[in-house]
Amino acid sequence: MKQKKDVQQGTLALMVLKTLDVLGSLHGYGIARRIEQISGDLLSLNQGTLYPVLLRLEQEGAIASEWGPSENNRRARFYRLTRAGRKLLESEKRDWEQTAVIIAHFFEVKAEDLA
Amino acid sequence: MRALRRFFIRLLNVMTICRSDERLREEMESHLMALTEENIRAGMTPHEARRHARLKFGAVEAVREHYHAEEGLPFVEIFLLDVRYAFRVLRKSPAFTVVAILTLMLGIGANVVVFGVLNAILLHPLEVKEPQSLFQIRHKPWMTGRLLTMSYPAFEDFRRRNATFSAMAGIYGYSHAKLSWQNTVISISGDEVTGDYFDLLGVQPQVGRFFHAADEHGPNSVPYVVLSDALWRSAFHADPGVVGAIVDLNKHPFTVVGVASAQFHGTERFEWPDYWMPMVNEQQVEGWDSLHNRASITVTVIGRLKPSVTPEQATDNLNAIAAELAKEYPETDNGQPLRLIHPGLIGDEGDVIRGFLWSVTALALLVLAAACANLSSLFAARTADRSRELALRVALGSSRWRLVRQLLTEAVLVSLMGGAAGLGSAYLLLGALNRWHPLVESHLVASMDARVYLAGLTFTFVSVLLCGLVPARQAWQSSPLQSLKNAPTEAMHLGRFALRDLLLGAQIAICTLLVTSSLVAVRGMVRALHVPLGFQPPGAMLVDMDLSQSEPSDGLVLEKQKAIIDAARSIPGVAAVGIVSRTPFTGGMHGIPVFRPGTTDFKLNKAALAPYVFQMSPGYLEAARTRLLSGRDVSWQDNPRTPYVAVVNQAFAQKMWGDSPAIGQHFIVSGQLTEVVGVVEDGKYHDLEEAPQPVVYQPYSQGDLGEAVFVVRSQRAPNEMAAALERALSGVEPNVPIKVQSWLDSLDGELLPSRAATAALGAIGLLAAMLAVTGIFGMATYSVSKRMKELGIRVALGAHNVDVMSAAVGRPIFLLCVGSALGLLAGIFASRLLGQIVYQANPRDPVVVGGAVLTMALLGITASAIPARRALAVDPSKLMREE
Repeated sequence: MKQKKDVQQGTLALMVLKTLDVLGSLHGYGIARRIEQISGDLLSLNQGTLYPVLLRLEQEGAIASEWGPSENNRRARFYRLTRAGRKLLESEKRDWEQTAVIIAHFFEVKAEDLA
Repeated sequence: MRALRRFFIRLLNVMTICRSDERLREEMESHLMALTEENIRAGMTPHEARRHARLKFGAVEAVREHYHAEEGLPFVEIFLLDVRYAFRVLRKSPAFTVVAILTLMLGIGANVVVFGVLNAILLHPLEVKEPQSLFQIRHKPWMTGRLLTMSYPAFEDFRRRNATFSAMAGIYGYSHAKLSWQNTVISISGDEVTGDYFDLLGVQPQVGRFFHAADEHGPNSVPYVVLSDALWRSAFHADPGVVGAIVDLNKHPFTVVGVASAQFHGTERFEWPDYWMPMVNEQQVEGWDSLHNRASITVTVIGRLKPSVTPEQATDNLNAIAAELAKEYPETDNGQPLRLIHPGLIGDEGDVIRGFLWSVTALALLVLAAACANLSSLFAARTADRSRELALRVALGSSRWRLVRQLLTEAVLVSLMGGAAGLGSAYLLLGALNRWHPLVESHLVASMDARVYLAGLTFTFVSVLLCGLVPARQAWQSSPLQSLKNAPTEAMHLGRFALRDLLLGAQIAICTLLVTSSLVAVRGMVRALHVPLGFQPPGAMLVDMDLSQSEPSDGLVLEKQKAIIDAARSIPGVAAVGIVSRTPFTGGMHGIPVFRPGTTDFKLNKAALAPYVFQMSPGYLEAARTRLLSGRDVSWQDNPRTPYVAVVNQAFAQKMWGDSPAIGQHFIVSGQLTEVVGVVEDGKYHDLEEAPQPVVYQPYSQGDLGEAVFVVRSQRAPNEMAAALERALSGVEPNVPIKVQSWLDSLDGELLPSRAATAALGAIGLLAAMLAVTGIFGMATYSVSKRMKELGIRVALGAHNVDVMSAAVGRPIFLLCVGSALGLLAGIFASRLLGQIVYQANPRDPVVVGGAVLTMALLGITASAIPARRALAVDPSKLMREE
């Protein structure tokens, strides 16, 4: 149970970082919408779980936040990527790609390849 | 880095209790609002839209909790909660808390003190370079009280011939001198050492330089002296300019070449020399030299092993040399096998000291174990009392791990407080010990260094583990269902032994062992104090006045001594006055060979006996209260022109002439045919443990005038007498320093080891007794309170007092009996160990066994009296109404 949740959390943080990287400053609702949109609505998440992740990233210094007016002129908290966050994203991205390549090798492997 | 930053932010949040709940609420609200609006735009009714938005967002409370967990440090917060709760619980039962903390304080405090002393004596190496490769050479037979093992020529042979030591040095540690410097004369003692000494030890001077082997060019060629830091400070005001100054040692000029560092005190831990001088100049200070005499044993030998040589190889090498020497000098060298020990603890006394300290450490650890067993059962009893509360918490969804943590927190808290109190009291106690006169004399400084604090912490944590685990286990295994049904789990298996019983039994066994050993020690001490000494220190004063320095000739010295005796005797209240060359128990005594009349070959191996020889004046025997069994005392009329006479003791008479009367018999000592004119009782001369030693007393007027101590017996109080003596004697001899001391005070050093042993073991026994009382009391009280209802029913059904009593305190009493029996058995098996510690210890002594049984019985009765009374006072009608 716990393990699965952790993995989800990890990927969610990465998604948040990339979304902020592409779209600049966004509020929580905006991030949730964009993540669903980018994932092609394949990913359905409890949008509330986003907030602990945002807090964590902020504590780590990867993102910063401030109050600002939303599109319909309500007060909302806007999150943006910091320099440290951009670096974090870069390294996380490399890690993921590497992992993906490795896993891909395993999926493609056939018995005759190893003979 | 990121993790660290995050940790600090979280820590800050915990500490400032700063919560951004407002922020989360606002964010969530606007998020939900946005979702709802979107849903409305998608064509839902407002009600439906809100519902879907909630579903999409997820459980608000869960998100909030998760958010808070991320925000702070949940582990720390829960821990703080636990601590706060534990404090509250402990405050609610102050009696328990105080008893628990006191118990631990005693246990931990005792251990820290014992460890502090152990640390100071055994764990701190000597302040020399590489103490591990430094050895002292001794004869193979185990022998205490003797440090000198070799003659100087033999030492030289060993030094030159061995192939296993990188260096060897000789020490004569009994050098005494009068130091004259700018019109002041002080009496000091120090070490005569060979030239290699300082280089071998690898020590550096703080001022000036040391002397070296290269300085030596035959007898009296190195008139140098090195001062100790203490002497330099007390007599030379720590003046660095003293280097190069000429001082007189026993009227011979010596140049001060350097001052040893403040840390260096020679190679003996308890004897710190005031000065070091070259052994080649022995003759100037001592008036004799043994540099060419193979027959006089005057050297303690230390050596440093070559790097790759083992002590065994070195011993073989030395023994081969000893055998060679025995062949070359059959008359003087006996080729005794040798052995190596580490120097520092008065030769072989080291084994005794080590054995004692380790045994006391073991006993102190047993005290701690008993204290922990005690606490553990107290905690277990409390946990059992709280089983309903705990069960309720489990039933309400608290995890067992959380309960265990809660209980452990309490145990840890109590242990930490007990440990802190223990360390604090140990700190005070060690401070007091360090100021205690006899220990200051022996230079034993047990300070609280890092190692001692670490030991204290370790003791504390061990006790945490020991006390905390039992209740934790209990909580882990508790079954909520049963507890809630109001069925005390104990009632289910009354016939079986609970873990608590086992703990109490073990605790009582340990306590009995400790009480037994302390009784053994006290009894040994009492016996030691009643051993016939052959003289009676109470009521006698010792006056130290060195006349030989102020008077040019022996005849005049003798006249002066007579005058002083007369002056002392004329003081009102003085019963007897006499002079003796040295009083018993002042160390450094060695046998002088005596021969039967008619002997022509005065080789050592032809000697009939080697008694201790004292010189005394008429009246000494009376002043010392040494009983004259037959014959007469010496008199001033015995002089070099009359036949040589002596008084001997019984052991001497017995060994020389068996049962035939000794008076009128002759023997040869120091080349003089001597007649026995009196026989006195045996006594103790070198130490309390020695076997009866033969002793010869020669009259002062016929011997050489060496050292002299005046013994004055009177009825008056010691300090009053001391003042009177100083007044009277300085009138006779104004320019000689006078030192007056009561004889009892001067024996402090001799009695210190057995006193210390008795005090230590007595204290441990007392602690053990207290622990036994609290343990039994706790157990009995607990079992009575647990079974109040049952007892009430019994009383209501007509049970007799005896039945109620046996039900209430039967088990603790039973445990007391079994535990005591086991402890006594253990004590008897440990008798060998105890015998080593305390003089004349015998745990099989019926008095000791009886005393231990009586003590434990009394403790048991005391401890169970109150609970038993409570049980007898049970009022069934009241009890029945209660529950």
